[in-house]
Amino acid sequence: MVDETNAARTTRMTAGEVERTVRRLAIELVEQLGEPTSFVLVGVVTGGASLARLLADEIERTEGVRPTVGSVDITLYRDDLYTGLEKPVLGDTELPFGVGGAGIVLVDDVLFTGRTVRAALEELWDYGRPAWIKLAVLVDRGHRELPISADFVGRRLSTERSDRVLVDFGGGGGVHIVSTTGGR
Amino acid sequence: MGSTEPKRTRRKDMLGLRGVSRAEITQILDTAARIRAVNRRRVKKVPTLRGRTVVSAFFENSTRTRMSFDLAAKRLSADVLGFSASSSSTRKGETLMDTARNIDAWRPDALIIRHPCAGAPHMLAKAFPWSVINAGDGIHEHPTQALLDMLTMRDHLGNLEGRRVAIVGDILHSRVARSNIFGLRTMGAQVVVAGPGTMCPKQLESLGVEVRHRIDEVVEDADVIMMLRIQRERLGRAMMTGVAEYAGLYGLDIDRLRRAHPEVLVMHPGPINRGVEMTPDVADGDRSVVLEQVSNGLAVRMALLYLLLGEEGGDARAS
Repeated sequence: MVDETNAARTTRMTAGEVERTVRRLAIELVEQLGEPTSFVLVGVVTGGASLARLLADEIERTEGVRPTVGSVDITLYRDDLYTGLEKPVLGDTELPFGVGGAGIVLVDDVLFTGRTVRAALEELWDYGRPAWIKLAVLVDRGHRELPISADFVGRRLSTERSDRVLVDFGGGGGVHIVSTTGGR
Repeated sequence: MGSTEPKRTRRKDMLGLRGVSRAEITQILDTAARIRAVNRRRVKKVPTLRGRTVVSAFFENSTRTRMSFDLAAKRLSADVLGFSASSSSTRKGETLMDTARNIDAWRPDALIIRHPCAGAPHMLAKAFPWSVINAGDGIHEHPTQALLDMLTMRDHLGNLEGRRVAIVGDILHSRVARSNIFGLRTMGAQVVVAGPGTMCPKQLESLGVEVRHRIDEVVEDADVIMMLRIQRERLGRAMMTGVAEYAGLYGLDIDRLRRAHPEVLVMHPGPINRGVEMTPDVADGDRSVVLEQVSNGLAVRMALLYLLLGEEGGDARAS
């Protein structure tokens, strides 16, 4: 956890802006990938899973067809589990479709180092051999450590590496950045 | 543990359930409930413990507990070594320490140990940097059995608070019963035990349980009836006239089960002596959750290995 005593919190996207961005991403997905039945949305637990549901809601509203939604919890595939700290709480991986041969849009709220995406790809492969996987994110905050990039990006934000980016999809939500100024 | 011991912010070992908090038991059960999804997949393996080494050393005969731990480690991608030792040559502490030093020289990450001496796992946990999981020490504790029992109960009953669990059999010599008593009391369940006076003395009340001597006194209001395995060799010593008499007095048959709550869970740690602890129609009946216990054993052991195993491998310690 970031020490918030010296932290400044700034809003970078309001709840309304997040909503509009989600609508645009939904349109782009259908525009570029075709019928909502030709792909599935798989959200990374927990923020990506929320975004995947919102995208499915939006696609259903405009197209009249809801794409299949699944989720991946990447905890057991993480590359930083053994730091001696308390282990992360496990979430649910639910893939209610055959992964083999599927067209998958992997969905996450924030793209940062790319390590989460790497873990998610590895996990999906243990369920089958997808036809293709694309990546959709609400926010790309930079600082990639792996050769991974998103196919659908809601907003690119410039951040400091030490910043924390908080995404809240609730009513009073939005995208906030918490930066530690003083350091330790 | 020397001064070079790296900072630890979490538990290293699972030696017993005495003193383990409700929050921690809940964390283990929650983790097990999630991690068991791996066992239903096409690829029943995750890379979580890739490159880690888990040694199992069973100084008492065991097949299924050992296999369950082995499979748990393999499902998490750890390498598993089985260390076989005859109990006669390792009864003395010095010899156990020598064995452990040999194992230590392989730089393992965890040791699963079953040993006839109570406290043997604790001694190794103090002396070595790797995680130790107690798979049964004498008549002391068998924490993973109690955890899998509690997970099975929780699957059916939800919260264990206020639930009534009857444990029937040789309570005094049962590490399964002891671990269950500690864990269930911590989780807020009521525990009532029943068995012959020699196996179920009044002094057990100091553990916070009710003591009865007739199975009929505990069956009717129980949410769970847990039958313990009777070790036939122990019956003679315990002033019982034999297996048939024990089965008549303490066995669970269909008539006794009919007097229980219709939703009661019947549990047994296995292997079952059919016709002794319970009749086949009870063991195979619709109230029996014995095979769920076996599945949950794998899940609980995976959860513990995930939660306990420590720092990034390599040689962090001083050599």
